[in-house]
Amino acid sequence: MATTTVSSAGPAAPDLATLLRQVDPRRRRKDVLMRVLITAAFALAMIPLVSVAWTVVAHGIERFDAYFLTHSMRGVFGGMDAGGIYHAIVGTVEITLFATLISVPVGLLTAIYLVEYGRGHLARAVTFFVDVMTGIPSIVAGLFAYALFAVLLGPGIRMGAVGSVALSVLMIPVVVRSCEEMLRLVPDELREAALALGVPRWLVVVKVVLRTAVAGIVTGVMIAIARIIGETAPLLITVGVADSINFNLFEGRMMTLPVYVYRQFQQGLVPCSPDDASCIATITYDRAWSAALTLILIVMLLNLVARLVTRFFAPKTIG
Amino acid sequence: MTATTSPAPAGTDPGGLPDARRSARPRRHKVVERGASRVFRWVSTGSGALILVVLAAVAVFLVVKAVPALTSSSDELVSGVAFMRHSSSLAGYVGPLVFGTVLAAALALLLAVPVAIAIALFISHYAPRRLAQGLGYAVDLLAAVPSVVYGLWGAMVLAPFVQPVWGWLNELLGWVPLFGGTVSPTGRVLATVAVVLAVMILPIITAVSREVFLQTPRLHEEAALALGATRWEMIRLTVLPFGRSGVVSAAMLGLGRALGETMAVLMILSQGFLYSFLLLVAGQQQTIAANIAAQFPEASDLGMSVLIATGLALFVITLVVNMAARAIVARRKDFSGAS
Repeated sequence: MATTTVSSAGPAAPDLATLLRQVDPRRRRKDVLMRVLITAAFALAMIPLVSVAWTVVAHGIERFDAYFLTHSMRGVFGGMDAGGIYHAIVGTVEITLFATLISVPVGLLTAIYLVEYGRGHLARAVTFFVDVMTGIPSIVAGLFAYALFAVLLGPGIRMGAVGSVALSVLMIPVVVRSCEEMLRLVPDELREAALALGVPRWLVVVKVVLRTAVAGIVTGVMIAIARIIGETAPLLITVGVADSINFNLFEGRMMTLPVYVYRQFQQGLVPCSPDDASCIATITYDRAWSAALTLILIVMLLNLVARLVTRFFAPKTIG
Repeated sequence: MTATTSPAPAGTDPGGLPDARRSARPRRHKVVERGASRVFRWVSTGSGALILVVLAAVAVFLVVKAVPALTSSSDELVSGVAFMRHSSSLAGYVGPLVFGTVLAAALALLLAVPVAIAIALFISHYAPRRLAQGLGYAVDLLAAVPSVVYGLWGAMVLAPFVQPVWGWLNELLGWVPLFGGTVSPTGRVLATVAVVLAVMILPIITAVSREVFLQTPRLHEEAALALGATRWEMIRLTVLPFGRSGVVSAAMLGLGRALGETMAVLMILSQGFLYSFLLLVAGQQQTIAANIAAQFPEASDLGMSVLIATGLALFVITLVVNMAARAIVARRKDFSGAS
């Protein structure tokens, strides 16, 4: 407003372009200040990420070797320079795979229901409660699995399968969400073309829709696995801790990687006598860091592979 | 679908429906799914219903297992449950836990929301277009780190690091009740927990806010810029008002996460059972989730029942928070879809 009067009245009027670029210095200062603050906030958020990554790698790399990966904690005590995570890896892999085995069929079929059939109240309710379910605290999922098996099989039961049930409560909503998104991307023309050729509805879903969306579904499932593989609290209360290798999901306690990290951390410094040279006081923390490194590597690998699957196998979209 | 077996003329339908449309296109409505298609439809519909059943089962089984604790007298509980010896009743035990849980989550939210909004704005409106996606991915990586690793990092790295900061805060602002008392020499206090929780909920708040900010109508933004607004003024005038409800629901989703977080609290906090606002003093507060994880492995039957009752309280709190958040998101979706 002020600028227009100047440009019309001033004898030595600067050209219009520079006038339009001029801003009141206070407003400009505020603009710059906010830009700095907003950029700083982003930098601030990167500090913990970098710090976590750096410390986990720096502390964890020391004991991260073949021995650590291939030995259990059986017979390891005190500050012994021994012990590994083999039993924890076995437990994590088995429990996670069983959880996936439960979650993927349920999650995928629910997604198919929502996309292909879902109309009306039930579909709305399912959509809403799947979202709500993503917010269930992991410890509550653990309590649920414990309570379920306690009612069915009697109290005090600890086995891998209970942990899988707890994890699948957390995993199902994630699988539904990502599969639903992928199925919605499949163009309706494909469905209509198949139906017009007289293909029964279920074959249309299985052979056309699922086939088109398979890359996205695989990605979604892998990201869901990455999300639950680090869950600690539900496994701590349903599966417990163990020092030996246990391959049986349906009997006895099992160790899992996240619980191993917690367990080692919780045991704290080992009281070593000063003349015992073979005793390492910080051995538990060292093991915790190395196990944490293994866990992070697994999670990152899953994320990376998931992204690669999308990149290379995604259906080619037509304009 | 099977109501009309033969193409009846309009008005003579046995159901008495003057259904002109149906008789106009009778063939289409006569198609009935048979065999495998029908089975497939029922199986997938059943899976959808199963989700609702599971959610209901979570509530039912928690209630069933909590009943012994809810129906026992206070004396039975105090004498029968080892970890309840300092409290006089179930309510007296759950109260401080709920307080600690809400306090920790609220503090985390207070720290996380401004930073998350700024990051979301940075990615949606400040960062170069080509970098934006990568930067968003970097923030999402924060969510990929397992909570137990955050716990380890918080206890071993962050707590010793921030302890001097808390000491300094105490000297400077010790007259504020929050920062008073004797500062813990280990740094394993609620303030540290709040920082870690804030880091953990940052990604979800950022992700939801970012989506909302990106939906701001382009015309609003351009109109603001055309009127001579600076970039910040444009954001304040168009993006923030448009995204307000989205940010609120994002914050509530973050709150839900923070309320239920177990491991970070369990590994970092030095626990206590007081209604205490002292953030820098050890042994003051404890949260429901961390308490369950700490006591469950060694609890008796009645003790487990007490813990499940506290879990039920947590479940109800998070359910309410999440449903409110999702309801806001859903309403918003309807709104923006209609316009």
